[in-house]
This record gives sequence, structure tokens and C-alpha cells, in this order.
Amino acid sequence: MGYKKIDLESKAYQNVKYLIVGILFGVIFVKSEVISWFRIQEMFRLQSFHMYGIIGSAVLVGMISVWLIKRLKIKTIDGEPIRISPKKFNKGQIYGGLIFGFGWAITGACPGPLFAQIGTGATVVTVTLLSAIAGTWFYGYLRERLPH
Amino acid sequence: MLEILKQPWPWYIAGPLIGLTVPTLLLLGNKSFGISSSLRHICAACVPAKIPFFQYNWRKEMWNLFFVAGILLGGIVGAGILGNPNAIVVSPALMEELVDYGITNYNNLIPEDIMNWQSLFTVKGFFLMAVGGFLVGFGTRYAGGCTSGHAIMGLSNRQWPSLVATICFMIGGFIMANLILPYILLL
Repeated sequence: MGYKKIDLESKAYQNVKYLIVGILFGVIFVKSEVISWFRIQEMFRLQSFHMYGIIGSAVLVGMISVWLIKRLKIKTIDGEPIRISPKKFNKGQIYGGLIFGFGWAITGACPGPLFAQIGTGATVVTVTLLSAIAGTWFYGYLRERLPH
Repeated sequence: MLEILKQPWPWYIAGPLIGLTVPTLLLLGNKSFGISSSLRHICAACVPAKIPFFQYNWRKEMWNLFFVAGILLGGIVGAGILGNPNAIVVSPALMEELVDYGITNYNNLIPEDIMNWQSLFTVKGFFLMAVGGFLVGFGTRYAGGCTSGHAIMGLSNRQWPSLVATICFMIGGFIMANLILPYILLL
């Protein structure tokens, strides 16, 4: 019994760190206006460099980090070797990618910004989020019948 | 200091910080950055409906739900204590175009003129929020990831399928924003 409780507590602790990273990430999302519908419209109309600068520099920093982690064989804070599963190609990345692109331009948000937008007080975005959950569910339901 | 933080942050500050999320999650517990999976975990937890795609131990992926809960809380902080007191700055070319669609309110990061509870019950609002959201959820899962999982994490790990996905996200967005959305906004 006692052991179980300790185990649960350590699990909660394990997840609190992701909550904290999420909070910092959400703040960056809001302050950089990545979650702005207007910024997404500017991006797709080539009216501003802002979003290209953000995505480009984020990818560059991410790439250098992953390269360093692999090169220096850096381990996690718990001493585990770092593993990143490869992405396998299927046609879903094309069809799904286009469909997501449509939704991204309409809502001005990808899944992450939906959560942050709700946090900023735009309560109506809960409808967009619930619709996104419904869309995800519908994909799961149709999956066997879709081309991949 | 607080005054500076309240201003919108430039891309060269925010972009690298977003990029640093990749190594942070890897170092904290071998987690690959990705957000749209959280929507799948929510389905698996709440409405699995015996669908094989939702039959897995979502509790093992609990970290992802904590992460998105954090993003929501971050939204509260970013708009509250660190909220920008000024109207948001948008490209003049876009402002000029949006006037034609009745969008003139720049108090919020989302266009309050067209995205609000009343407009949800109009054809336009239903399209912008319900249909748009559905496409986001369906498309990201079909593609196996979103901007974070493919464009940032996948490209960081130099995965070519993620490059294909990212290019398709952009093509879809360009088509929608320039060729279709203007008609939806005129509804």
C-alpha cells in the first residue's frame, strides 16, 4: 500500500515538469502571437516574415540540439539514452497534411494554439477544440478505409 | 522588465525558445515534442468506442495531457500578467483586405468580429470554428502529426516524411487562405 502511494506521487511529480514546460511554452505562444489568427493569415498571404522567422529559427535550434544530443550521446536527467522514433512515410502525410493545412488557415490555429487561445479567454475556441477532437475521433473511426 | 515582457516578443526570441522545447522534452524524459497526439489521447480516454486506433494505454502518455494543460495555463499567464495592453499590430495589406469582411477589431489575437459565441450559430461562424476545427483534428491525425510533431520535431530530426507533411500543410494553407477562405468570410 505504502509503496503504491510513493509510486503514484513520483508519477505525479514526473508529469508536473511537463506541465511547467507547457506553461512556459504557452506564454511564448501568446507573447510571440503565434496563436494569432491574424499572424497565420499574414503567413499564408506572404504579408509578413514573422511566422517564417519563428518556424525557421525554431527548426534550426531544434536541429542543432538533436544533432548535439546524438553526437555527444547526451542522456536524459534520469540517465536513459535518448531515443527518437523515426517517422515512417505514408500517403496520409500528403492527404492529411493538405486537410490540416485547410483547417489551419480557417481557424488560424494548430492544435497547440487552440489550448493557448482558450487560456487567453477566447472561450468560444473550446468549440474549435472539441471539433478537432471529433475530427481526430472520426479519423480513428474511418482509418481502415482511408488510403495510407 | 515587466513592461518589456508585455510587448509582443520578436521572432528571433520566440523561435529559438520554441526550438529549445525539443531538447528540453528529450532531456526531461525522452519525450518527442508533439501536440496533436493529445487529441488522440483524449479520444482514447473518453470515447474509445472499441475503435482499434484508440485501444492503447493512454495513461502512459499522460505527460502529453499535462503538457497541453500547461499550454492552456500559459495562455492565461500570457494574456493576464503579461498581457499586451495595446491593439495588436497587423500588416496594413491584411487590415485593408479584412475591412471588406467586416473585421476591424484588433483587441484580441483572434478576430472577435467573426469568432464569438453568437457567430457560432451562423453559417460563417460554424465554418470558421466547427468545420475548421474538425479539419485540424482529422488532418493532423491523418498526417500523423501537426506543426510541432512534424514541422518542428520531425524536421529537427531530419525526417523526410515530416518535410513532405510540412510542405503539404503549407500548400493546404495557401490554397485555403487565398482561394477559398475569402468566400467563406463573405458569407
